[in-house]
Amino acid sequence: MSDAPIIRLEQVNRIFQVGDQQVHALAEITLDIARGDYVSLMGPSGSGKSTLLHIIGLLDRPSSGRYLLEGKETTHYSDNEQARLRREHIGFVFQFFHLVPRLTAAENIELPLLLAGIPPEERTSRVSRVLQAFDIADRAHHRPEQLSGGQRQRVAIGRAMVSEPKVLLADEPTGNLDRTSGHEVIALLEEVNARGITLIVVTHDPELGQRAHRQLHMVDGRIMDDRSSPP
Amino acid sequence: MSIEDRIKFAFVALRGATIRTLLMLLAMAIGVAAVVILTSLGEGARRYVANEFASLGTNLLIILPGRNETTGGAPPLLSETPRDLTIDDAMVLKRNPLVRYVAPITVGSAAISFGGLDREAVIMGSTASLLPVRHFTMAQGHFLPEMDPQIAAPLCVIGSKIRDELFGHRQALGELVRIGDRRFRVIGVLVSAGESMGLNTDEVVIVPVGSAQQLFNTSSLFRVLVEANGRDAIPSLQQQIIATLRERHDGEEDVTVITQDAILATFDRILSALTYTVGGIGAISLLVAGILIMNVMLVAVTQRTSEIGLLKAVGATAGQVLSLFLIEAILLSLFGAVIGLALGEAGAWLIHKLYPVLPTTPPLWAVMAALLVALGSGVLFGSLPARRAARLDPVESLARH
Repeated sequence: MSDAPIIRLEQVNRIFQVGDQQVHALAEITLDIARGDYVSLMGPSGSGKSTLLHIIGLLDRPSSGRYLLEGKETTHYSDNEQARLRREHIGFVFQFFHLVPRLTAAENIELPLLLAGIPPEERTSRVSRVLQAFDIADRAHHRPEQLSGGQRQRVAIGRAMVSEPKVLLADEPTGNLDRTSGHEVIALLEEVNARGITLIVVTHDPELGQRAHRQLHMVDGRIMDDRSSPP
Repeated sequence: MSIEDRIKFAFVALRGATIRTLLMLLAMAIGVAAVVILTSLGEGARRYVANEFASLGTNLLIILPGRNETTGGAPPLLSETPRDLTIDDAMVLKRNPLVRYVAPITVGSAAISFGGLDREAVIMGSTASLLPVRHFTMAQGHFLPEMDPQIAAPLCVIGSKIRDELFGHRQALGELVRIGDRRFRVIGVLVSAGESMGLNTDEVVIVPVGSAQQLFNTSSLFRVLVEANGRDAIPSLQQQIIATLRERHDGEEDVTVITQDAILATFDRILSALTYTVGGIGAISLLVAGILIMNVMLVAVTQRTSEIGLLKAVGATAGQVLSLFLIEAILLSLFGAVIGLALGEAGAWLIHKLYPVLPTTPPLWAVMAALLVALGSGVLFGSLPARRAARLDPVESLARH
């Protein structure tokens, strides 16, 4: 089971209707991603890399084709079942952090546990573990507006990791950060990957993309280049 | 996600948008307060009238000369004037076993003077029975004695204000006052009871009915008050009085007998309708508040689109998002209703302080109805924005920031 791919896409298409025109955001994508891999998704704007990430993250559904997460066909799952899979298996990190402004760092991290209905005592202990692990314990009771960009993204990564997912999806995680903070965030993501979490990063930044063990280049909804470098 | 966690989350969301929340609370509070105050005014008016009637007496029948029904045909130009209602008519009724008291009444206005002071006063001619019938209480002396009502005895009982104005601190009992062109001895003073059904008992002078008829040179009575033996006796007594008087008036049914209960029931119906009406008007403001909540919640959903996207990304189901927004709307309407209830009760209390005669307690049904309507409008008008939030596409929502 462990050598089976955690993510398998079979002839996935995603077609958007824009006015009376059909846009092929993803065309016949077939892709296996191994458990614990570190993958970067690169390509110009509109190449479909974000759409692919959303489909892998179960935020979007393919127009046709099959998507197997941990060997299970997800395409026919209901919205609620997909929400449960997101909650249990997938963590998201976004370019604009998407922290809830009125909640403190700790409360933002707690959010997925809250939605999952985890009892309060367990929530508190898991949140404090994450705060320690991501070195933001002293910022626990600050609201996002009181945090620097790097700190915000660390809170966001903490939130993604608190429910202990198997897959971490990052959409331009450094796109809104200065270089130093960007490096810190990348180091953090790679540290998470080193613990066996499958990491997929969408980025414009070639330097960042090169760091991944497997680099996928997308153009016009197709994977044009699939390169692996030894870890 | 437990219900506690949902309520807490919604509560924090409301606290996060202070001005928006306060404005919506205000709107809901005004709506509920309006219902509470308006209905307590209506209810107050109803109870005020009921009290007035109760203070008039109990189990009363009121006989008026003349009829309130007209028959067809030419207007009665000649000789069809109703017969006078006389003291003898009243005394005959006393023989009826269903009757407890009969109090004939003649009313007029005359000057009353003592020493150098005089004033105009309502002069009421009646008998000893008026005391129990009208539930008067004596402050000093005693009421008119039992005697033949035809006799014009020179005795009078005065209201407390008349006593104060004519006698000041001097003793009034036993003094002779002049009423019109006659002298009367003051034998009693009534306890101050204020106004009741248009008659201020503090400013009234009560004399024997015979004296009043001489004073005003009339043989007709203004009213006859009859107190029945009990509540059950009223309907049959009403019929019997009409029959008796018709017989005495040569077969002409020329009196009207109304019962206290009938008047009270009519007023009760009218004023209850009034209360429902003003309550309904108040409910409209509740509805407006509900629509306001819907509007502001819709704006909130738009403002918090990216938050909703995020909630979905970290695993919230559509149902969870729906419930979070719905709980927000319900919390708003519930807190608004509680504040409104407090405002309404305070308003009703204040009105009662300003107008003590008006018993302004908000009726329980109105309080319950206001709370339910507030809660209902929260659920109703909160559900549209909540459903919109639940249906948002996570990818599109996350693209907004």
